[in-house]
Amino acid sequence: MSTPVLIGYFEHEAQVLDATRAVREAGHDLRDVYTPYAVHGLDDAMGLKPSRLTWVCFGAGLLGCTLALSLQIYTSVVSWPLNVGGKPFNSFPAFIPVTFELTVLFAALSTVAAFLVRARLFPGNKRQTLPRVTDDRFAIVIAPRQSPESLEAAEDLLRRHGAVATDLREVAP
Amino acid sequence: MSQQHLSPLRVPLVTEPRTLGQLTEEICAPMERAPTWKWWAAFAIAVSVLGTGAGIVAYQVGTGIGVWGLNKTIGWAFDITNFVFWVGIGHAGTLISAILFLFRQKWRTSINRAAEAMTLFAVMCAALFPVIHMGRPWLAFWVLPYPNTRGSLWVNFRSPLLWDVFAISTYFTVSAVFWYVGLIPDLATVRDRLKAGVKKAVFKVLSLGWTGSHRTWSRYETVYLLLAGLATPLVLSVHTIVSMDFATSVIPGWHTTIFPPYFVAGAVFSGFAMVLTLMIITRVVLGYEHLITLRHLENMTKVIIVTGGLVSLAYATEFFIAWYSGNPYERFAFMNRAFGPYAWAYWIMVTCNVVSPHLFWFKKIRTSPAAIFALSLVINVGMWFERFVIIVTSLHRDFLPSSWSMYTPTMVEVGTFIGTFGLFFTLFLLFVRVLPIISIGEVKSVLGFARSPHEHAEAPPLAPARDALAEPSLPRLNPPLAIATRKDVPV
Repeated sequence: MSTPVLIGYFEHEAQVLDATRAVREAGHDLRDVYTPYAVHGLDDAMGLKPSRLTWVCFGAGLLGCTLALSLQIYTSVVSWPLNVGGKPFNSFPAFIPVTFELTVLFAALSTVAAFLVRARLFPGNKRQTLPRVTDDRFAIVIAPRQSPESLEAAEDLLRRHGAVATDLREVAP
Repeated sequence: MSQQHLSPLRVPLVTEPRTLGQLTEEICAPMERAPTWKWWAAFAIAVSVLGTGAGIVAYQVGTGIGVWGLNKTIGWAFDITNFVFWVGIGHAGTLISAILFLFRQKWRTSINRAAEAMTLFAVMCAALFPVIHMGRPWLAFWVLPYPNTRGSLWVNFRSPLLWDVFAISTYFTVSAVFWYVGLIPDLATVRDRLKAGVKKAVFKVLSLGWTGSHRTWSRYETVYLLLAGLATPLVLSVHTIVSMDFATSVIPGWHTTIFPPYFVAGAVFSGFAMVLTLMIITRVVLGYEHLITLRHLENMTKVIIVTGGLVSLAYATEFFIAWYSGNPYERFAFMNRAFGPYAWAYWIMVTCNVVSPHLFWFKKIRTSPAAIFALSLVINVGMWFERFVIIVTSLHRDFLPSSWSMYTPTMVEVGTFIGTFGLFFTLFLLFVRVLPIISIGEVKSVLGFARSPHEHAEAPPLAPARDALAEPSLPRLNPPLAIATRKDVPV
């Protein structure tokens, strides 16, 4: 089962922003917008919610912090307490640098891993790219309702907002 | 867009009008043409220096580090100097990519990729020294806390040297990840330009199936911001911890609380000097003067003035405290630094780090790439001597005059140091050939900065090179964009 999607190609950032807004206002099903760089303001235009990856970062940082402190306290106090220069076994302030480093390490690696999983980015990915969208074109992908008028209206809307080309494609849902 | 107000105070970041397509062409061009004899010559020199260095390392590992000029009094000298020198250089990349990102300094976009690469290579060079200094590098894994058969004898978490292990390895890992995340969209750009073949397959794997979807871009921006936020305290922590290798000891000249900020300022100072050294060559050789502009160089020299000032202030404070503390050992250590047998090294350091950055107050010098290049080398020499002075002069005359000694590096030590330059430049030269050295996606986003939207129509209409690319299938297309290629500029 595949659905046809309408793709509009644009040349300028501002046209894409306007067109995206218009597409949403007209009530079409906006699938995605493809851009060669991160266009600011497009989140708003597409109505995207802020990413929840920040929570992953916070949680992983907390986990790293806890694990680092546990490891240091376990090894230095429980497993093999060693008197180093008369310092207390639980030399808490001296454990902070390693704790900090591991907090950052866990937070950074987990955030990136979560991002790759969520965005489904992985080696061996078979996804196709639209022509030139990683170079100098912007593309808006709409899934119009299954009527010729709706298709025509959507195409017309894209053209009016400066689409240099439109294309109808069958894609897997 | 058309009603956008253009402030006359804003200067375009890319000094020549370029379309998005032209920018892709320009930045990908060095990767797509055959290397010239100049690149091969530079590469041959770098690889042979690296090879010599590898031979010397093999010799000292096989013989033992007795081949170094160290003695009972001076247990740290050339190797730790070089370690701190390289780690310091490795600070500029993350500073540019993370701290300038948080401060919304958009000019960073055209230098961050190369600076981050430089960071990674510098940290690799740095990590070599402690590993070699271990004497038995094949046991380097002993620095990690893992359950073992020696009763589970753990590492000493109270030791700054162990903090260093965690700091440097975390820094390298996070910098590498940050760099790679930044590369993903550009790898996809390169992938989509290549014709089917091995290279395309490699880039296909590396770009992880990036499609330019804005849903992904939106998350990507969040991740990038988070990484920048994490990398900022990280970069400051790394040299802080390196400085604690010294500051937590009781040696006069090392035992000071000023070390962390002093080392961080010094690291940024030397790192920016190295970025300038590399960028000034790169921009000329690759014809990127309109991307890495004089303004970039000027901004970096201003950072150098500030950090150079901080370093100078630290030198002065150290001397003041040596006098004011009334500690005779501390006072002696500093008098010995400035007027003892290693005074020559101290005064080279002062000339290079305290005096020379002030030349950047002159606009003429700040805007002359040749002068900046020369001064950047001077600063790197000065910063190397700073570490040498801190380490060797503090150790060679300590509390007990009967153990006073002198230190001279042996050929093995000098050879190892030069060998790391071979490693650094080999990696950098390869990087220039195989990856886009300027962040294509990020520069595209600042292309319209302080430019009217109609300006790019004025871009010179040169031969269209777009025909090879697949066009959308409907016929009502505009003619392909006119593209100014820079394939005329050889690498």
